[in-house]
Amino acid sequence: MFPPIPNPTTAPVAPKLSDADLVRRSASGSPSQVEFKEPVAKLIDVSKCIGCKACQAACLEWNELHEEIGTFNGTYTNPPDLTPASLTLMRFTEWVNPETDNLEWLIRKDGCMHCADPGCLKACPAPGAIVQYSNGIVDFDHAKCIGCGYCVKGCPFNIPRISQVDHKAYKCTLCSDRVAVGQGPACQKACPTQAIVFGTKTQMKQWAEGRIKDLKSRGYKNAGLYDPPGVGGTHVMYVLQHADKPSIYAGLPDNPRISPIVEAWKGVTKYVGLGVMGFAALAGALHYLVNGANKVSPEDEANAEKLAAEKLSSGGRS
Amino acid sequence: MSAPYDLETGDAVHPGRPVQVDRYTVGARINHWVTAISLILLAISGLALFHPSLYFLTGLFGGGQMTRTIHPWIGVVLFFSFAGMFLRFWKANLWKSEDGTWMRRIRDVIAGHEEKLPELGKYNAGQKMVFWGMSLLIMVLITSGVVIWQAYFASYTTIEQQRIALLVHALAAVAIICVWIVHVYAAIWVKGTISAMTRGQVTGGWAWRHHRKWFRELVSSRKSGTRGTPAE
Repeated sequence: MFPPIPNPTTAPVAPKLSDADLVRRSASGSPSQVEFKEPVAKLIDVSKCIGCKACQAACLEWNELHEEIGTFNGTYTNPPDLTPASLTLMRFTEWVNPETDNLEWLIRKDGCMHCADPGCLKACPAPGAIVQYSNGIVDFDHAKCIGCGYCVKGCPFNIPRISQVDHKAYKCTLCSDRVAVGQGPACQKACPTQAIVFGTKTQMKQWAEGRIKDLKSRGYKNAGLYDPPGVGGTHVMYVLQHADKPSIYAGLPDNPRISPIVEAWKGVTKYVGLGVMGFAALAGALHYLVNGANKVSPEDEANAEKLAAEKLSSGGRS
Repeated sequence: MSAPYDLETGDAVHPGRPVQVDRYTVGARINHWVTAISLILLAISGLALFHPSLYFLTGLFGGGQMTRTIHPWIGVVLFFSFAGMFLRFWKANLWKSEDGTWMRRIRDVIAGHEEKLPELGKYNAGQKMVFWGMSLLIMVLITSGVVIWQAYFASYTTIEQQRIALLVHALAAVAIICVWIVHVYAAIWVKGTISAMTRGQVTGGWAWRHHRKWFRELVSSRKSGTRGTPAE
């Protein structure tokens, strides 16, 4: 058993996360002075999950969210997708292992992965609406969010959801408010089987190693840790029984990375675009300075008057 | 010149000193300025979300949320307004043989050697390219813009399609702002042009210098400014 995080004191605790901990801020320069904190991580052991949805309930409760009553869609996945209120969701997959011909029930807790290289943050146009703390947590600041949905396009995991009520983006915060006072996320606290554990990223990797060894000894030869390097690693990691095929777990990306289209849009286009527009304006100004105005001469006016007088009078009209 | 070359409704000559030529009707001018104001507002609000250093421009629209809300609606206004202009002007903007000659002598155009250029109809090749460029880019912008209009249309396309639309929208916006710079600069550089879109008139000398074929046709079709029966 992973040692549980002790219950907090009842006395007020000063938050340990503040603006001084931001390593990245959307649409802004890099913060100059950062007080680096030990990177944290949440480890989700899919092999230990029993699909009870305590994490989903705890998430709603802690974040004071209310999911609308929906309709049954024929699966245990409920609601059928992440929403602005459901920041985490158990996704159920029935998978027949071709090697053993056994039915395996794969239950993956979906939600923000807290990428080290966050696509949402890179796509965001509103300064400070998305921030990354030095401990790895990627958080949304709803006061600054403008509801454009660029984060949705930036995310390689299809996580953020835009509320149709207040037009702001919502996703898992890794309970940054709880972590700030030394607690683990609400979902981790509620998990009855320790399928979710929380600690420093180093601790979680070590803990995962033991779990993977155990799974391998039970015949899951492809068991492994999901900490995708394409996004610089994540601060939410999975232990998967079949780490060679992440996509069988309800479409977990095999090799996630920020889309090259988003990189091109937020990278070269932004700078070259401004440059091209500036060049066009400058070329105009320079041309005017060098060539001067293109003026109508008195001869032009005289020619026009002559032609008008000739034709219009010969036409027999006034 | 038997069949009308590229005269538009309302084009007429008023003899005098100087000769005055009607170039744009009141309707065309209102149509133009609605489009122009929309385009400028779209450029400002779009640039605000394009580069973080320009985000402060959202303040002109009442903040980020308001900018995000209003930008697509201005786009809808521009689309319909420009559609009106397209219907008015497309015929006179069809490509003619002298436009090729004009293009080949682009150096003389830039140097202002008007005397070395062929006689031109109502629009020169540069104006025609601005017209067709705007038309094409507005189609691209409205199409890609609808795809990324989060509040109403996000559920109709895949995220991958929306990513492509974002890139296309940004590139087309850069292109149309450049076309707009060319358009505005040409109006400033070629003196006597702006009155065409304010009072609707240019002088005969301006028409003679820049659009002689159009001017000749106007004169010989006897579309003089005197009120009365139209040309036979």
